[in-house]
Amino acid sequence: MGCNKKALVALIGSVFMAGTTQVLAGSSASMMANTCAGCHGTNGQSAGPASPNLAGMSESYFNDSMKAFKEGTRPATIMDRIAKGYSDEQIETMAGFFAGQPVYKAMVPHDAAKAKAGAETYDKSCAKCHDEGGSLPGDDAGILAGQWLPWLQYSMADFKAGNREMPKKMAKQVEKLSDAEIDAVLNYFASQK
Amino acid sequence: MANFTRRKFLQVTGGAVAVSSLGFPAIVGAASKKVVVVGGGVGGATAAKYIRMADSSIDVTLIEPNTEYYTCFMSNEVLSGHRTMDSIKVTYDGLKGHGVNVVHDTVTDIDAAGKKVMTAGGKTFAYDRCIVAPGISFASNIEGYDEAAMKTMPHAWKAGEQTVILRKQLEAMDDGGVVAIAAPPNPFRCPPGPYERACQIAMYLRAKKPKSKLIILDAKDKFSKQGLFMQAFERHHAGIIEWVSAEKGGKVTRVDAATNTLYVGDTAHKVAVANVIPAQTAGAIAIKAGLTDDKGWCPIDGRSFESTIHKNVHVIGDASVATPLPKSGYAANSEGKVAAAAVVDLLNGREPGDPALVNTCYSVVGPDDAISVAKVYDLKDGKLNGVEGSGGLTSKDSSPEMRAREVDYAYSWFANIKKDSWG
Repeated sequence: MGCNKKALVALIGSVFMAGTTQVLAGSSASMMANTCAGCHGTNGQSAGPASPNLAGMSESYFNDSMKAFKEGTRPATIMDRIAKGYSDEQIETMAGFFAGQPVYKAMVPHDAAKAKAGAETYDKSCAKCHDEGGSLPGDDAGILAGQWLPWLQYSMADFKAGNREMPKKMAKQVEKLSDAEIDAVLNYFASQK
Repeated sequence: MANFTRRKFLQVTGGAVAVSSLGFPAIVGAASKKVVVVGGGVGGATAAKYIRMADSSIDVTLIEPNTEYYTCFMSNEVLSGHRTMDSIKVTYDGLKGHGVNVVHDTVTDIDAAGKKVMTAGGKTFAYDRCIVAPGISFASNIEGYDEAAMKTMPHAWKAGEQTVILRKQLEAMDDGGVVAIAAPPNPFRCPPGPYERACQIAMYLRAKKPKSKLIILDAKDKFSKQGLFMQAFERHHAGIIEWVSAEKGGKVTRVDAATNTLYVGDTAHKVAVANVIPAQTAGAIAIKAGLTDDKGWCPIDGRSFESTIHKNVHVIGDASVATPLPKSGYAANSEGKVAAAAVVDLLNGREPGDPALVNTCYSVVGPDDAISVAKVYDLKDGKLNGVEGSGGLTSKDSSPEMRAREVDYAYSWFANIKKDSWG
């Protein structure tokens, strides 16, 4: 065949090297992130009706959330128990995976009239931090656009009950809103496509 | 790589035969890599999808007899009338969309040495790697419980026709009748399943046939999420559910299908509806293919889920010995992804990376009341390991508000795991 075996093996070796990403200690980002999909959807695109989408979430929001679950400072049903299974480094690795996914807005059942009314409240009270209908991952405020309504409602209930700490600016705004206004603005976020 | 010319590339691919004889896996430009997945339940479907998502150059064939599949998870809600059979039905269209070649046929044997799979339809499928996800088969621990008895004393432990039989019997039963669930010995598919089932059926009885009773005749003295289930029995189902441990006379040894009677030794329980869940082993094809150990389950390597008995064959889901992971749907989904990643790595000449797994399992135990168990798993000293400090059960003291949220998250689990596996 006129083919030098040693050279061939070396060449094949270089082909494999080129095709292999750097091997890090521990499980890869996709290996860990894929374990979330059974509840949060493939690549973090949740099919609902309550589990939030993770796709496109900012790294800092994901990290802060998971660390708060781990430390028990954020109310949870099950995430506190799951978050305790990961080191901070592993959490950061998963955060990178979900931040790398495109933002996903689900088709969320909502009340259209409330959503329309909520748009005004949004402009007045929320838009400063939750830019572009709550769809900007860069604002570290979590993605609210196209999020599942029960999850938005649970989150707000926890904030209002004092079980989850609100940033000062948010607390100031929420205080001014009636329950009906809050209900409307959550429907607004859920309605965002 | 910069001076990797077309000529050199041709030299390399031209040398593919020599390379193969040196023991290298297939290389760039070589014939496509073939994976055959045996079984289209949650594990098999997930593995097939995730291989295609990671490397679309791999040719994946999934062989499954049924064109429509009914999930075991949430089938207990069909028994209570909370949901329809349609809501637990999945098809294989989603997998086809990922480029999986779906074949509806029954695998009759696996030739691990010859790397091929044979079917009842007379076809042979060659593979580079085979993933076997055969689910469970039933062992004969109960005298008289044969194929014919299953039609009148359904196990309903594989969803579908069996679920329908049991639901119809519950509907036809007179108020005041006794329903018996014969719970199996360990290890078995879905450890909390029989007890969630009891809760679901009890909800139906309380609403429609309030004079009726449900008795759990158990082959064990303790069971999964026991404290939480006992709390639910008392909180929601007092006066309906009675649990009888093996020690207290719960271990069913014989049935008489003609009279709908379960026997614990000489003690007869003649009941209106008998749900008999026998002891279990790995699915029949795993036994036929010699993938099982002396206990009837398939030993695997925790990194790749490759069989420790046959090379190039991976076993996932309920059939595998993945201890400390339970035999659950979520575990099968998680194992499917680990096996998929390992197969993609191996077919591309890489060592499989470190696996990461999770189990999350919900039981809906009463109106607006669900409980859960979770755990994170990794590989430690070459063995699957539950990460210390992770997971555990819903607190017995969790508030009604949080229990109601768990119902919503249970339904989210269901919607997402269906889509993640078959969608």
